[in-house]
Amino acid sequence: MQKAHDLKEYREELRESLDNDFLRTTLDNFAVAYRAGRANAFKGMDVRGLISDIAASKDAAAAEADALFAEFKANAEAAGIHVHFAKDGDEANAIIAKIAKDTGCKKIVKSKSMTAEETLLNHDLEAEGLEVTETDLGEWIIQLRHEGPSHMVMPAIHLSRFQVGDLFTEVTGKKQDSEIEKLVKVARRELRQKYIDADMGITGANFAVAETGGIGLVTNEGNARLVSTLPRVHVALMGIDKLLPKLHDALRILKVLPRNATGQQITSYVTWITGANECLAAEDGKKEIHYVVLDNGRSELVKDPLFSQVNRCVRCGACANVCPVYRLVGGHKMGHIYIGAIGLILTYFFHGKDKAKNLVQNCINCEACKDICAGGIDLPRLIKEIHARIMEEDGSPLPQKLLGTVLKNRKLFHTLLRTAKWGQKPVAEGDGFIRHLPMIFSKEHSFRALPAIAKTPFRDWWKENRPYVDKPKYRVALFSGCVQDFVYPEQMQAAVKVFADNDVEMDYPEAQSCCGLPVQMMGEMKASKDVAAQNLKAFNTDAYDYIITLCASCASHLKHNYPKLVMDKPGLKLKADAFSEKIIDYSSFVNDVLKVKKSDFNESGGKATYHAPCHLCRGLDVHDAPRQLIEKGGMEYVECAEEEVCCGFGGSFSMKFPELSSELLRKKLDNVEATGADVLLTDCPGCVMQLRGGLKKRGSWIKVRHVAEVLADNKK
Amino acid sequence: MSSKEALVEKFIEKAELVSAKVTTLANEDEAMEYVLDLCGKKEACQLLASGCGEAISDEAEALCDAKQKKVIAAPALKKELYKKLSAKAKKAGFECIDKGMREHLAGIDIGFTAAEYGVADTGTLMVDCPSEELRLATMVSEFHVCMLPKSSIRANTYAVEKMMLTRMRKTPNYMAFITGASRTADIERVLALGVHGPLELHILLLED
Repeated sequence: MQKAHDLKEYREELRESLDNDFLRTTLDNFAVAYRAGRANAFKGMDVRGLISDIAASKDAAAAEADALFAEFKANAEAAGIHVHFAKDGDEANAIIAKIAKDTGCKKIVKSKSMTAEETLLNHDLEAEGLEVTETDLGEWIIQLRHEGPSHMVMPAIHLSRFQVGDLFTEVTGKKQDSEIEKLVKVARRELRQKYIDADMGITGANFAVAETGGIGLVTNEGNARLVSTLPRVHVALMGIDKLLPKLHDALRILKVLPRNATGQQITSYVTWITGANECLAAEDGKKEIHYVVLDNGRSELVKDPLFSQVNRCVRCGACANVCPVYRLVGGHKMGHIYIGAIGLILTYFFHGKDKAKNLVQNCINCEACKDICAGGIDLPRLIKEIHARIMEEDGSPLPQKLLGTVLKNRKLFHTLLRTAKWGQKPVAEGDGFIRHLPMIFSKEHSFRALPAIAKTPFRDWWKENRPYVDKPKYRVALFSGCVQDFVYPEQMQAAVKVFADNDVEMDYPEAQSCCGLPVQMMGEMKASKDVAAQNLKAFNTDAYDYIITLCASCASHLKHNYPKLVMDKPGLKLKADAFSEKIIDYSSFVNDVLKVKKSDFNESGGKATYHAPCHLCRGLDVHDAPRQLIEKGGMEYVECAEEEVCCGFGGSFSMKFPELSSELLRKKLDNVEATGADVLLTDCPGCVMQLRGGLKKRGSWIKVRHVAEVLADNKK
Repeated sequence: MSSKEALVEKFIEKAELVSAKVTTLANEDEAMEYVLDLCGKKEACQLLASGCGEAISDEAEALCDAKQKKVIAAPALKKELYKKLSAKAKKAGFECIDKGMREHLAGIDIGFTAAEYGVADTGTLMVDCPSEELRLATMVSEFHVCMLPKSSIRANTYAVEKMMLTRMRKTPNYMAFITGASRTADIERVLALGVHGPLELHILLLED
C-alpha cells in the first residue's frame, strides 16, 4: 500500500525495494520467462485483432452498463439469486456483513477477489466478528502476513519459499521446511478444514453475463469451486465493469486473459455459475446466493470521454509483467491496492489523489504496458493525464513551473541553452562530457556522465551549410528536437549528408522548438499544448512529402499526441492531423522510402548491436528498418538480449528517480557488453545520452552512435 | 488425416501439455477397468500426497482419520455401469459411492466422471455438474478420471457456446471447464500440482 506523504518518502520506499535482492531476482526471472511464455501461448493467433475486438465489446458494454445491469439482475433473480447494488466500498462491505448476520454465518472462506481487496472487505468483516480465511494459496499467505497483494494474479510473488516456510511453522505449530511441493500440500490440508467449517463463501467474478444472469470465475487452484460449493451461502462481489452482454463476450476475453496473465492457454478451472445451485448443507437443499455489484466511481469513469477505456481492463496484470519499473520495485511500491500501470490509474479513481500523487510520477513512459494490454488501453497517456490533473489541483513544484514557462518561450529557451554553453566551459571536457555535475544535480545522478552543450547548434550550422539539391525526389522538413539541435548536432548533420546524396530537398523551419514531451511527462499539460501549437505553426505541412526527425521520442510525440493536444482547436486539429501523417523517423525514411542499398555503403566492418528506443519500437511500431540499415550500412549486426526494453532515460524520469534510471541502465549495459559488439547503435538522442553517459562512467570500450552517423561515415 | 482425427490429436496434444494423462480406450467397460486398476496401484494411503505426511496442525491432522479405505466416487455414472463398478470395487476391497460426498471431504482416491464436451484448442473438458455430489467428486478426489467420447470433441469454446447456453438457461446450472490438474505457482512461481483440487487428471478418450 502507498503510505508515502511526498516524493522524498516515496523514493525512500523505492530504495528499500531496490535493496531486496530476492525480489529483484524473482521479478527479473519472471519478466524474461513471461515474455517467452506469452509469445508461445499466443502463437498463430491474431492477437491485435482479438484485443481490438475486446476493446470494442467492453466499450459497448460500458456504454450500456445500466441496461446490462438491469438485464443481469432480472435474469439472476429469476434463477433465484439475490442481487444488490453498492455505490461504494463501504456500502458493499456493509451489505455483505448484513447477509452474514441475516443468515447466521460466522465463518467465511474466500476465493481471491481484487474487488474485495479494493473495498478492504476482510477488514470490515473481521470488525463484525466474522472469521475470514483466504483460500487462494498466495492470498492466504499474504493474509497471514497482514499484507496486500504485490501482483494482481500472483499476490505473493514478492516472498521466498523460506519466508513461507517460516510463516507456516508459525501457523501449524510444527516445524516446516522450505520445499515448495510440501508447503503446497500443507496449505491444502490446512485449508480443507476451513472449507468444511465455513458457512459462507465469498468469490469475485471475472464475468457477469447479462443474457444468463450468471457469472464466470477463472482460477487455477480450484478453490473458487470449493468456496462456491461447500458453504451454504455464496456471495460474489463484482464491479460493474464485469458486466457483459453475452456469453460470447466472456469466451472472447477468456481467450486472452490467461494467456496475457501467465502465458497459460487457459486456467485449470473456469467455473460458470447460473442460478441458485444445489447445496446439500442448506435446509431446502438450495444454496443462498447473493451478487453484490459495486460501482465505487466506475459509472463516473465510463462517462469520461478519455478515461472510459479503463473499463476495458480485465485484470490480467500483464501491464505489471512488462513494466520495467515494476520489475525493479515490485507491486507494493508500484501500486496501492491495484498494481502496475492500471494500478496507478485505478488508485486515483478508487482510493483518491493522496494515494496516487507519488505513484503516477513513477511511469517512465516506455509504453510496454500499452503494447500488451488485453483491452488496448492507452495506459501511459492516462497516467500522464492523471498526473496533470493532480498538478492542476495541487499546483506544480516551482522548478517544473519554470521549465514550463521557459519552454513556452522558444527564444528564451534557446538563449538559455546558448548561455549554458559558456557557463559550462570551466567544467566541460574535450570529449563532449561535463567533468563535474552542475550544482543542481546531487550525487545520485553520478551514474552517468552528462554531455556538454555543442559549440554550434544545428540551427546555426544549417544556415551556413544548407545543401543545394538539384533535382529533388522528395521535399522534406527536418525536426531536430532540442537535444540534436543543441547537444548532438552531428547526428542531424549526418542525416543531412545522406539525404542530400539521395536527392532529398530539405527545409529546417527556424521557428521550431522543443517537441514538448518533457513538460508533458511532468504533467504540465498547458505548456505542452502551447508548445505543440507553436510547432504546428512553424511548419508549412503542405510543402513537404515528409517531416523527419531523428529522435524517436519526438517522432512518437509529434505523431500521436499532437492531434490530441489541439483537439479543442478545430483549425489547428486539421493541421495537426496532416502534420502527424507526414511524421517519419530516420530509419524508416532511409530504409523504406529512400530504399538505400548495401552497395551504397563501404564495409567498415566491426560488430554493432542495437538498442531499440521505446518510442520507436512501441511508439511507432518500427522494428526492422534500423536493423536492416545496420547491415546495409556496412556493419555486422549482433542481437542484444532484451533489445526492446527501456534504457532508463525517460527524459525527466531519470532526473526524478535517478536510482531507478541507473538500475535500468545497468541492466541494459550488461546486456550490451555481453554481445561483444564495438558499437551500440540507436535511434534516439535521449537514449544516446543515457547509454553513452553510462558507458563513459564504466570506462567501457563501446561507442554509442545514432544509426544516421554510421550511414553517413560509410556512405560511398 | 480426417478433420475428426485432427481434432482428437490436437485435444490430446493440448491436454498433455498441461499434464493431463490421456488414454484411448474402446468403451466404458475398459474405462471401468482402468479406474479399478489405477485405484489398486495407488498407495494404501495416497492421501500422503495430499499432505497427511506433512507437519500439519492437529486440527488438520484429525481430518485424515476420517478415511480408512480407498474410495472411488462415481455419482453420475450410468446405473448399469455403476452397478458393475461397485461390485468389482467391493471385491477389490475399495469403497464405491455415488452419494454422501460430504462425508468424505478429507478426500477420496478417485472421482470417476464423464465430460459433455472436449475443447481441442486448449485440451479442456466441459463438465456440467449442477449436482453437488458430482461437483465434489471432481474436486476432492486425488485423481479425477474423466471419460470423453471422441465424437464430443469440438474445435474451440465458440463451438460449444450454444450447448453451454442451452444448459445455462435450464437454471440452476453449474458448469466447469477443466484443463489439467489443480495447480498453483504462487510460491516463487514454481509450478505445483494438486493444491485444492485433484493431483492428477486422467482423460479416457472413448472410441465411438
